[in-house]
Amino acid sequence: MAASLAATGWGRHITIRNVLLYAAVVAVTVAMLTPFVWMLSASLKLNRDVFSFPIEWIPAEPRWQNYIDIWTKIPLALFIGNTAKITIIVTILQLLTSSFAAYAFAKLKFPFRDVLFLGYIATIAMPWQVYMVPQFLLMRELDLNNTHTALIILQAFTAFGVFLMRQFYQSIPDELCEAARIDGMNEYQIWWRIMLPLSKPALSTLTIFTFVNTWNDFLGPMIYLTKTELKTIQIGLRMFISQYSAEYGLIMAASIVSLVPVLIIFLALQRFFVEGIASTGLKG
Amino acid sequence: MASAAEAAYESTQAGQKPGGRGQWRKVLVAYSFIAPNFLGFAIFTLGPILFAFALAFMHWDGSNPIEFAGLDNFWRLWSDRAFITAFWNTILYAVLAVPLTIVCALGLAMLLNQKLPGRAFFRAAMFFPYVASLVAVAVVWNMLFNPEMGPINMLLYYAGIDPKNLPRWAADRNWAMITVVLFGVWKSMGYYMVIYLAGLQGINQELYEAASIDGATAIQKFRYITIPQLGPTTFFVTVMLTIQSFKVFDQIYLLTQGGPGTSTLVLVYHVYNEAFISWDLGYSSMVALVLFLLVLLITVVQFHFRKEEV
Repeated sequence: MAASLAATGWGRHITIRNVLLYAAVVAVTVAMLTPFVWMLSASLKLNRDVFSFPIEWIPAEPRWQNYIDIWTKIPLALFIGNTAKITIIVTILQLLTSSFAAYAFAKLKFPFRDVLFLGYIATIAMPWQVYMVPQFLLMRELDLNNTHTALIILQAFTAFGVFLMRQFYQSIPDELCEAARIDGMNEYQIWWRIMLPLSKPALSTLTIFTFVNTWNDFLGPMIYLTKTELKTIQIGLRMFISQYSAEYGLIMAASIVSLVPVLIIFLALQRFFVEGIASTGLKG
Repeated sequence: MASAAEAAYESTQAGQKPGGRGQWRKVLVAYSFIAPNFLGFAIFTLGPILFAFALAFMHWDGSNPIEFAGLDNFWRLWSDRAFITAFWNTILYAVLAVPLTIVCALGLAMLLNQKLPGRAFFRAAMFFPYVASLVAVAVVWNMLFNPEMGPINMLLYYAGIDPKNLPRWAADRNWAMITVVLFGVWKSMGYYMVIYLAGLQGINQELYEAASIDGATAIQKFRYITIPQLGPTTFFVTVMLTIQSFKVFDQIYLLTQGGPGTSTLVLVYHVYNEAFISWDLGYSSMVALVLFLLVLLITVVQFHFRKEEV
């Protein structure tokens, strides 16, 4: 134990201060995660046991049946499929078009560049809620109401993505591009072979943000999707909650299922994420 | 900003005549990079934004012809009690949520900036609520804070609080806003913690060493080194948080539906109701315009104070 501690940071300084500090960190972490633990625990209980007190954190007879029933009570697989489709398309479009545009804004010179970029910047602070109504009317005009296309278009071309990628590209020395031009690469090749591979931290950050925002989006799907077969996991889950408001165990099981994809992406990329926020100018 | 880079780039092009063929090719290549994103952005973001401003001065129900309304929608704001409530509720939410989130985020960052085993895990754990699906965590929050059966009130009851005095959380006019704020703070503080961690790592350690030599206590170091050095970070976090607070909607829709009564009705909720429930698109856009001006005003004021500090 002592050896492993020495390897992980404290060295030999196991003092009272460090023990107190550790106790504080553990206590705060437990408090932060309690809702998730409670959710998990409740998802394995009968409805009547969910609110029993004192809380039985590990159910004596875990009710795995809840995790089987949710797939038949609501079209959960359909909702997850819909959300996965939208999220993956949005993320790919966002990464490609943002990094593509950001390359021009960071490394090329052309008329109206600064004006166009200002157009992006000006809308970053603009809450989506300010223009969600006209956007909805436009989509309705284009007959995109009640389609996934509307939601994809809504989220795929954001000012935030272009801004984030441009900030990162500006930190890459221009000499690198110059050298590549002299070697005979055209701009598209420079973007594909040099800029993209170098921008992994920024791309990871943008991937997480886009994935999480799209997966968790609530107001967008609520406005655009009224047909059950088109619904995403968030509004589908919401529909289930209002239909079966007393089915606590099932609601919690469905909630856990809706968290899993985000958890996987988060755990896979969180190392990049913390780095990314710190390094890509998200920090002003 | 990138003036040196631009100068270098220009010098490589000095050999070419302006308007020459090579120049045009370069411009076209540049625009081809921008086009895919910009077209989508211009049509589906810039366009609607401009339309939103125009719509604020129109009457429209979405099907009959649009009528010019002049300042009708603007004057209506002043007599619309729901709007006035929503306006002040939004300010109240921001006034409660912004400082509380900053204090919690900074506290977490100070804790997790220390060297301790398993630090990466703890950081990830604190961050997780921020990415967790809102509908799922809102429903669990409502269950935890359920006035009759929820574990929070059970705990308070066993701690000796009279059942008559137990807070009724989301079901009580006076507690609903607090419940929503607590949820917002819990959900987002991990994100701002990461930003503060980046800020803390940017502080020159020699400052602390020099202070130690001068015999400064931990509290003095915090007060006279950490806080001032984190100034830019706190500024950024304040601006971001204020804007986020003015946009609050999802969590309120999921936790309280704006109620009880109108106790958690906020501006975006009013925009939503006027547009998608009443189909009064012009008036809804006027409320949205107020939201935008509020965000703009806060940003400008905060930048102004920032300048005075420097």
